[in-house]
Amino acid sequence: MTQLRINGAVHDVDAPPDMPLLWVLRDLIGLTGTKFGCGIAQCGACTVHIDGKAVRSCQLPVGAVGSRAVTTIEAVGQTVAGARVQKAWLDLEVVQCGYCQSGQIMSAAALLATTPHPDDSDIDAAMAGNICRCGTYVRIRAAIKKAGAEQV
Amino acid sequence: MTIQTLSATALSRRTMLRSGAAAGGGLLLGLYTPYAEALPVNADSALPGDAPFAPDAFIRIDRAGKVTLVMPQVEMGQGVYTSLSMIIAEELDAAFEMVAVEAAPPSDALYANPVFGIQATGNSNSIRAFWTKLRQAGAAARAVLVEAAARQWNVDAASCTANAGVVIHAPTGRKLAYGALADAAAKLPLPQNPPLKDPKNFKLIGRPLKRLDTPDKVNGTALYGIDMMPPGVKFATLAACPVFGGKVAHVDDRAAKAVPGVRQVVVLDDFVAVVGDHFWAAKTGLEALAITWNEGPNTHVDSALIWKDIAAASEQEGAVAKSLGDAKKALTDGDLFEAHYEMPFLSHAPMEPINCTVQVRPDGCDVWVGTQVCARAQAIAAKITGLSLDKVRVHNQLLGGGFGRRLDIDGIEQAVRLAQKVDGPVKLVRTREEDIQHDFYRPVYYDRLSATLKDGRIHGWKHRITGSSIMARWFPLGFQHGVDGDGVDSAIDEPYDIPNMRVEFRQHEPPAVPTGFWRGVGPNNNVFAIESFIDELAKKAGTDPVDFRLAMLAKKTPRLAAALKLAAAKAGWSDPLPPRTGRGVAVQVAFASFIATIAEVEVDENGEVRLRRMTSAVDTGIAVNPDTIVAQLQGGLIFGLTAALYGEITIDRGRVQQSNFNDYRMLRIDQTPPIDIHLIKSGEPPGGIGETGTTAAPPALRNAIYAATGIPLRRMPVDRDVLAGRKQP
Repeated sequence: MTQLRINGAVHDVDAPPDMPLLWVLRDLIGLTGTKFGCGIAQCGACTVHIDGKAVRSCQLPVGAVGSRAVTTIEAVGQTVAGARVQKAWLDLEVVQCGYCQSGQIMSAAALLATTPHPDDSDIDAAMAGNICRCGTYVRIRAAIKKAGAEQV
Repeated sequence: MTIQTLSATALSRRTMLRSGAAAGGGLLLGLYTPYAEALPVNADSALPGDAPFAPDAFIRIDRAGKVTLVMPQVEMGQGVYTSLSMIIAEELDAAFEMVAVEAAPPSDALYANPVFGIQATGNSNSIRAFWTKLRQAGAAARAVLVEAAARQWNVDAASCTANAGVVIHAPTGRKLAYGALADAAAKLPLPQNPPLKDPKNFKLIGRPLKRLDTPDKVNGTALYGIDMMPPGVKFATLAACPVFGGKVAHVDDRAAKAVPGVRQVVVLDDFVAVVGDHFWAAKTGLEALAITWNEGPNTHVDSALIWKDIAAASEQEGAVAKSLGDAKKALTDGDLFEAHYEMPFLSHAPMEPINCTVQVRPDGCDVWVGTQVCARAQAIAAKITGLSLDKVRVHNQLLGGGFGRRLDIDGIEQAVRLAQKVDGPVKLVRTREEDIQHDFYRPVYYDRLSATLKDGRIHGWKHRITGSSIMARWFPLGFQHGVDGDGVDSAIDEPYDIPNMRVEFRQHEPPAVPTGFWRGVGPNNNVFAIESFIDELAKKAGTDPVDFRLAMLAKKTPRLAAALKLAAAKAGWSDPLPPRTGRGVAVQVAFASFIATIAEVEVDENGEVRLRRMTSAVDTGIAVNPDTIVAQLQGGLIFGLTAALYGEITIDRGRVQQSNFNDYRMLRIDQTPPIDIHLIKSGEPPGGIGETGTTAAPPALRNAIYAATGIPLRRMPVDRDVLAGRKQP
């Protein structure tokens, strides 16, 4: 059994240590907000926070998580940066199909937590790993800047 | 939040009641339980439950005044849940905050798209197709609600008005909310031809209202097909033969069955599936299988063969799709110019890979999926299981990208066949590799164009389109007398004033590779070829590309001429540019929208293309939700730019060579330029917008590269070797 700290709660899961955290979250715990897009850390749909840092959970074996805090899209709204990002996303109507947006929001929230007023190159670096097939990039960029600007 | 959603863990069936108004959203009351076995299925009404006022297939009003709208079209990011709700709510005079939406169950009878005659979302026509029907439904419902109030007050209905879910009798100040009128209204006959609002009186339509689906999509609670967790669900993944048309010959499953969490290996004639306690077990199990394939007859098929084949086919005459004047004669009169354009196979690659969850029981079947063709999903499940239609329920979900991929039901078919071998519900999810390698691809197209210029204008024009007829497979009524109606879309309804035209469709199916509708469909291919050719003709004529087009548009298609002028002005068309930088224009009438797009690019010595800016001006008729239109165009342009810069599926030994996003490359945020969209206000009937941007981007990009480098690209995707001078176009 592996013990995990997810969104502030402790979970005991029966998972092989090489099982990616993504599938532990989705299939064992039932937190389906984190999405599967590629399985090879190319698309970013599976992004979660490990101790606040953006990580692709499809390539993170559950055995490597340890006691570090895992935050998923379901709880990121309880963080300051996460709430700002979600608000900006809705203010600017970033979302189209929405499937990539959990990952986008997680990446953006991690960026804003460390870089409160990101410029274009900060945004490029933090967000280039997140694919959006619907092409919401223009509004993602604007929403990150808005979320940054609204920080005091 | 106004979508009724259910969030359930793998361990318990827990329904979440969500209530409270979100910013611009709505009250969510009531229950939607996709897993409830006991739910009665009534073919005549979309929803059970206590919604006493259910005048048609779309509108339900309960005693609390909640307005549930049953959506005939699916939400795949194009915003139709909101736009279609706005249309109904406008004529219904409902309070938009009281609106909740539900996906329609499968029913061609109730929910057919009026353009297709079947229940299908596609071709950018949700608003166009349902504009009148939904307005009439809303207006008729409003009429009986007003009548019910008038009778209760014993007044003339004409002295009553309705606004935001309340009927008002102004002379006496009396009011009754729709909820209080629901029972009485349900007893009244609906008017046949209720008067519709004058657009100048619209209160909702035309406003950039916040979307109904987006609040759930930013907090992880929105559910897609891949998120379905019916109690007891098992998880599966599969492999079909990597060679098109191949079959399973032999499977050694000993190692697979030893993988922890693997429950079952299911071997069918055309695929092998592994079922387990979670997707990871299934995938690991699949990788541990030793599968011997009977590769079948297509191992000799490769891209070289496919191009050679289609080029040869393009030399034969096609079925005439359009004949105007005397093109044959006109092509001998003036300066003749000819070119051909090639477009590659493309995969859809929606972010949500193909998946479907099915439970087959002796007495019924449940299918949970995100599909663009809900009734076809039901029909295929019924066919495979032998159950009658009324025993097959399809619970349609939000789609994590459609793009035409989910117009096909292959994933559903596989899941039903698998579920027949599995106890309890099974969720079949494809890996991304399996998804990319088993698609219905945008076909290869080979377009031959010839034209004569006389006095600087196009005199004769011939366009032969050679490629697959998707209609012949998907909707045979759309393929008549050798002409695929979609295949010639935007080629025959040319906006340019050209006196002598001949357009031919030469059906040619590629060997082995399945073809399907890809966002932009027929117009993609035709507009690319036409707009590229127009630019080359403009250069031959020594005329500026914008002026060359305007001369041919001004009289015949003034709406497009206006869009072109606006785009050129906003893009700074004539402003000077540094070396190796260029602007390109593309115009089209597609999906009943008139759009002009200008791309600005820089091309370096290595042939790398850097996008500097995109500008589009569009006249899309009455804009239901203008914010959605801007978003759809930005997104569509990016989808098209991705294809133009990187998109190509290549075939080798009968297999697709690409597999995942590492080798099927996508445009990312760091390459995305500013994209400015300008909407032209119009009172014309609404046009379509979901695919418009996709079609506009590649020719605009190609023409910008032409301006920047002088190199006339004749195929997509952009070839850096050609742009760097290492290869001929």
